[in-house]
Amino acid sequence: MFSFDFMRHAFMAGTFIGLICGIIGVFVIARSMSFLTHTLSEIGFAGAAFGVFAGWAAINGMLLFTIVSSVIVGQMSVKESRRESAITAVSALFIGLGILFLSLSNQNASSATSILFGSVIGISLAEVWQIIMLSVVVLIVIFLFYRSLKFDSFDAVGARVNGVKSNLISVIFLVLLALSVSVAAQIVGSLLIFILLTLPAASAKYYVHSVAKMMALSVVFALVGTWCGLYLGYLTNWPVSFFIAALEVLIYCGALVHAKRA
Amino acid sequence: MDGETVSTIKENPTGDVIINEILTIKHLALSYGAKSVIKDLNFSLQKGSFTVILGENGVGKTTLVRSLLGQLTPKAGSINFFNQERDIKLGYVPQFRNLDEEYPLTIREFVALNLYHGWMPWLNATEKKRVDRAIKQTNLVAIQDRPLGQASGGEKQRAYLAQALIEHPNLLILDESTASLDVGMKYELLALVAQLQEQQQLSVLFVTHDLPLARQFADHFLLMEHDRYQTGTMDQLKVSRVGEAHV
Repeated sequence: MFSFDFMRHAFMAGTFIGLICGIIGVFVIARSMSFLTHTLSEIGFAGAAFGVFAGWAAINGMLLFTIVSSVIVGQMSVKESRRESAITAVSALFIGLGILFLSLSNQNASSATSILFGSVIGISLAEVWQIIMLSVVVLIVIFLFYRSLKFDSFDAVGARVNGVKSNLISVIFLVLLALSVSVAAQIVGSLLIFILLTLPAASAKYYVHSVAKMMALSVVFALVGTWCGLYLGYLTNWPVSFFIAALEVLIYCGALVHAKRA
Repeated sequence: MDGETVSTIKENPTGDVIINEILTIKHLALSYGAKSVIKDLNFSLQKGSFTVILGENGVGKTTLVRSLLGQLTPKAGSINFFNQERDIKLGYVPQFRNLDEEYPLTIREFVALNLYHGWMPWLNATEKKRVDRAIKQTNLVAIQDRPLGQASGGEKQRAYLAQALIEHPNLLILDESTASLDVGMKYELLALVAQLQEQQQLSVLFVTHDLPLARQFADHFLLMEHDRYQTGTMDQLKVSRVGEAHV
């Protein structure tokens, strides 16, 4: 299997994607942002369409759209009660723009539509490096803001009254989330990206009870799903995204059973 | 006491000025947009006192607390904190926290969240000792490794208190912290707060509707009614018809 370049690239990319999705996912779950993650993945597709229209690499269009839209959502949903409608409004606008750019584009739109389902088998070495660089940036920023991000995510009320700059932390986190969505879309596709950003972390919280341990276990769950998904995809020629989705759902169901027994 | 603040600034034998108040509020006015909530409030909080803010819903108790925390800018008047030994530090235990039964963090990790100033993700030895101290002070040692989501209402409140204590505050503000507890737990929590107040010369400001509970522990009161504020001991308060609801 590893004698093929495309499989080596897929495993390298998948490892870094599992790593950052597992870590970021812990904060996504703590901040109840699963819906935003799902929406960002759709916006990512719209961004890829814009990239095709503008003659850019699809990932650059995704980065632009997801970062801009997540910051707008963050500013519009300062009041928690407004969050869902703000996400809906922003995603409606960006998805609409995506459809517009796709129809205006004279070029072949297959690179944009491939973002919907993932194209891990076709990842080049240059793209692997891009994914590694973005992952390193995400990890460094999390390291630097770890304590404030942890406080704001796991006790928003306490963080606010004790002087944490919640608005700044929120914007930083949304940008990190947008980066992670754009990176992870390469492997599982926009439609299934929220799986790696939510289910591993949601499963981990039933087994361990500290943020560091949750991040470690969440990364393990994300990597197990990604590696096994790639291997099964290689064996069967079925879509990798299907296997990753099925495995993560299985892990989550196992976690729920564990929680019921505990 | 209505409308005036008694000064308690003294000189000791060496001539140093001693300020006995930890907080003075003068002619304070607070509003949300055009809606005035507090008008001309004068109030002082003695160092080491256990003071209760009483009042019906809508008289501005939480608004006042928000202004003390710096979350709301006064429309008029002033709020001044005094502390000679070190910077004033506020500990705050809020009324609501959105933590459900699946909340994953242990009580110990929850308490340590408030140590957010360091750059390193892990706690150093000094910080670990501070967590140990706060956990011990609030009698949470035996259950510190239990997930907070599985703790009882009283244990949760003690964890919130421990988190507020970890920064060694000299003024502790509790905003209706006993509202969701049964009678036994309410007394247990306030007895703990009173014990800490005595041991550490902590000043306590406790917002509540529950006067029978408050009068067991408090030495001073701020009774807030619409446009009328009284401060003093229980015997000094002039009780109006509105105030009778509380007193």
